[in-house]
Amino acid sequence: MDILQTVTKDLLRTDLPEFRVGDSVKVHYKIKEGAKERIQVFQGIVLQKRGAGMSKTFTVRKISNGVGVERIFPQHTPLIDKLEVIRFGRVRRAKLFYLRTARGKRAKIQEKKHYNKKK
Amino acid sequence: MVGLIGKKIGMTQVFTEDGKVVPVTLIQAGPCRVVNTKSLERDGYIAIQLGFEKLKDKKLNKPMAGYFKKFDSQAFRYLHEFRLKTLEDIELQDEFRVDLFQENEIVDVVGTSKGRGFAGVMKRHNFHGFKASHGVHESYRGGGSIGQCATPARVHKGKKMPGHYGVDRVTLQNLRVVKVDVENSLIMVKGAIPGHRNSIVYIKKAK
Repeated sequence: MDILQTVTKDLLRTDLPEFRVGDSVKVHYKIKEGAKERIQVFQGIVLQKRGAGMSKTFTVRKISNGVGVERIFPQHTPLIDKLEVIRFGRVRRAKLFYLRTARGKRAKIQEKKHYNKKK
Repeated sequence: MVGLIGKKIGMTQVFTEDGKVVPVTLIQAGPCRVVNTKSLERDGYIAIQLGFEKLKDKKLNKPMAGYFKKFDSQAFRYLHEFRLKTLEDIELQDEFRVDLFQENEIVDVVGTSKGRGFAGVMKRHNFHGFKASHGVHESYRGGGSIGQCATPARVHKGKKMPGHYGVDRVTLQNLRVVKVDVENSLIMVKGAIPGHRNSIVYIKKAK
């Protein structure tokens, strides 16, 4: 597996900021319509991260017009233009699937204060 | 057609420029050296014998040591012949590297498939088996009837039945080369190839 890792090392994206499950993020995603390219922003809570290496993905959930929308992004795709972490969430789970059925206060995620951002 | 002997390293994925995911298999291919040649006059066919993966002399048994000494060659762990049309421009000790192939070229890959042991018809021949409910009992993965009654009073030849599956020579045709790394002798082809990791594969240009 060592050779596999060294080969894909240069292909991995290291420019994205560190983010964790429970954080609120803004994903600037490039969308191609024919010859035109535009950037769509998807803002929501990171529900889960899964996979390793090149096949790593993360799921972002948002409520759009009262409907829950989830989108899975490959972490190392060149189509992510920019990723912003808006809010650090304090969670005690690696997967936040309970948010899908949670209502009211239970669906809220506490903000992690005094969080030391790694450089 | 000259090919290369290689070792399957494993699978991963890469992205195209427009963000599409391409599943790829990484192969450590070459460098291979010409150990022996076969000519029409002497052997009845034209081919070169390539060696892959250098070996310490002390690891050889005596017959193989004599063989390599005869052609004044280094010792290799793996030998394989590739059929050619002519032996022009080819000499003993010639080295073939992965730059034999270019990106986006179409290649064939030959390997030995993973062994599955004695496998049933569902795994071996993609039979459907039986339902897990609706009154089926004790034959969920069976193959059903294997023939008729008094005529022909035998089972037809070639009837698909359970048996040994895998460890077969398998050729996959028309795989696209995604990337070639000459420095590290690595080649990436699109899709899966036969065999387990570290198994020996042969890469040739597609016909």
